[in-house]
Amino acid sequence: MAQAVASTEQYNYDIVRKFSLAALVWGLVGMSAGLYAALELAFPALNFGIAEITFGRLRPVHTTLVIFGFGGSALFATSYYVVQRTCQARLWGEGMANFTFWGWQATLLLGAISYMAGYSQSREYAEFPWPIDLLITAVWVAYLTIYVQTLRRRSQPHIYVANWFYLSFILATALLHVFNNLAVPVSLFSWESYSAFSGVQDAMTQWWYGHNAVGFFLTAAFLGMMYYFVPKQAGRPVYSYRLSIIHFWALVFLYMWAGAHHLHWTALPDWTSTLAATFSIMLLLPSWGGMINGIMTLSGAWEKLRTDPIMLFLITALSFYGMSTFEGPLMSLKSVNALSHYTDWTIGHVHSGALGWVALISFGSMYHLIPRLYDTKIYSTKLIYAHFWLATIGIVLYITSMWVAGIGQGLLLRGFDDYGNLAYSFIETVDFLHQPYVWRALGGAFFLSGVVVMIYNVARTIAKGKREAAELEAKLAAKLAGV
Amino acid sequence: MKHETIEVNAGWLIALTLVVISIGGLVEIVPLFFIDETVEQVKTADGKDAVRPYTPLEQRGRDIYVREGCYLCHSQMIRPFRDEMLRYGHYSLAAESQYDHPFQWGSKRTGPDLARVGGKYSNEWHVQHLVAPRSVVPQSIMPDYPWLLNTPLDYSDIGDRMRALKAVGVPYSESDQEYEANVQRFGQQVADRLDINRAEQILIAQAQAGDYDGDRSQLTEMDALVAYLQVLGTMVDFSEYDDGHFAEFR
Repeated sequence: MAQAVASTEQYNYDIVRKFSLAALVWGLVGMSAGLYAALELAFPALNFGIAEITFGRLRPVHTTLVIFGFGGSALFATSYYVVQRTCQARLWGEGMANFTFWGWQATLLLGAISYMAGYSQSREYAEFPWPIDLLITAVWVAYLTIYVQTLRRRSQPHIYVANWFYLSFILATALLHVFNNLAVPVSLFSWESYSAFSGVQDAMTQWWYGHNAVGFFLTAAFLGMMYYFVPKQAGRPVYSYRLSIIHFWALVFLYMWAGAHHLHWTALPDWTSTLAATFSIMLLLPSWGGMINGIMTLSGAWEKLRTDPIMLFLITALSFYGMSTFEGPLMSLKSVNALSHYTDWTIGHVHSGALGWVALISFGSMYHLIPRLYDTKIYSTKLIYAHFWLATIGIVLYITSMWVAGIGQGLLLRGFDDYGNLAYSFIETVDFLHQPYVWRALGGAFFLSGVVVMIYNVARTIAKGKREAAELEAKLAAKLAGV
Repeated sequence: MKHETIEVNAGWLIALTLVVISIGGLVEIVPLFFIDETVEQVKTADGKDAVRPYTPLEQRGRDIYVREGCYLCHSQMIRPFRDEMLRYGHYSLAAESQYDHPFQWGSKRTGPDLARVGGKYSNEWHVQHLVAPRSVVPQSIMPDYPWLLNTPLDYSDIGDRMRALKAVGVPYSESDQEYEANVQRFGQQVADRLDINRAEQILIAQAQAGDYDGDRSQLTEMDALVAYLQVLGTMVDFSEYDDGHFAEFR
């Protein structure tokens, strides 16, 4: 049914449906892996001496599946949707779009299995073994081609702002992926490889990549999502055109300098560290420019926050975005970083951005998008509210427990007694971390249960949409038969 | 140029975006390859390079460290803070990780930093701790790694590995000239252990001499991993340098 309709639709929604459902599936699997990893830290017996599920092999499964599985699929889905609708043109390259879908799913599945089997390049958020890196490159070339060719088909001259952000994300990811994954395989038949760079140059390259994976994959791209779904859901235009121009160029320029704030006080030269800290502070401005532009779009329509739970998701996401992009520059100050580096404060910060901003803006956008893809209304608005509260409680538990853990451990480790000796052994700080780890796992469980609620709601919605379409078909057939 | 000119032209948008996003990386990464002070020259008393590449056995141990994701809980980068120098030793030099492909500085300390763990604990301690961490440190949350002790080390591809590392700049030797160059640079004792042609023999000899896992009947993954851990942070003799000597490189 859906297949026959797709080819006669003005837009290619089939690919958007595929990626939307994939996002939910990978969200469930990736966040479950995260929850299990969190439980392993609180209760190490859960490692069970089974190599494939030990924390060291499971963590990249979690990060890869949530960033590239959940986040990546949500970006493919929404960018393919937004570029078509804002250009009023059908997506270029039917077959190529399907290649990006299946190629991406293969990437994720192969990646997760390979980490558990012990194959990893040991670069955070770039652990994929080298053959999968090549597959990603092929998928990405296809993605860029489809996107640009669709843009060129647009019905009016201006390229809408959401597309500047999506395009910058596609281009930046290509640059980052290629240079950070330069490596020589052990042999043509081995999945292992050694990085082209070493030591300090390798560290700088990895964190240039790592921070901009956050900056472009998890920020600029989702700002693109925001720039379409917030004004659409609010029924109002974006607050300021001028602000969007200024903060776009400032953001994409400044982000690329910030990576070395992951390397403060290490063997990286001081000049690089200082540059990174300075640019990280400046980065607060274009980040808040995005937050302001999004939230102020609701100007004159604030009562929607009381009546529309999707608006609640979107605006809360922007608030967490503002919070995280304040916390980030704060942690980029060398003096703050001296305490925070290597602690759970970093993990807390990551998740306030990943859960608070990335996930919530994706949930809001998908609640807007999915009913339209199936030509129906959402099955239950009450369940959207339930999801919202489960997610928010989860985020708050997660962040606060990690603040306690990180700042606590940092202070304990630098504690001295009256004679100038270290006051605490390392293991005493690990002991301290146990309770915060339990609370963090609880927070993750709340967040995951919200995703389960969403999957149920979406499944019922799709079933409703298909049933309604079938009923419509039947009515039409009856009319044509002259009954 | 009005912004409108960029907004109505995908080509301009792409070109300008590419230029703008390339600048930061170029400024921060490229100079690190050309500024000499970035990687300190550290010499031994008789003028040889103090920091050397890993021996075949140590490198296999490092591969296992990477496989198990140890870097996710353990850092290898001591910072120049009083508490860290008391807890771990001299702060880490860039020179010390110059042959680490990829670097293992780490970004999280769920467990302690390992940059200078070499020589701090006995081989037996490491074996016991890796097999069952809580039997040695009751409040530890580290997973058990019992399979390391009964999995034989696969070193059939050691030649391929060393050639791949050579391709990315690690001075392992294949030809006679390369071997001679290593003798000049590292001294003969070290140069002998960096020779690809004798890699298997060197690996077996080091495992037998060191008996790292306490079990002479087989050469296991535990042998390799402990050999690697025991060399960490041991290559530079800081007693030969004045306090603060390396600060000028920062």
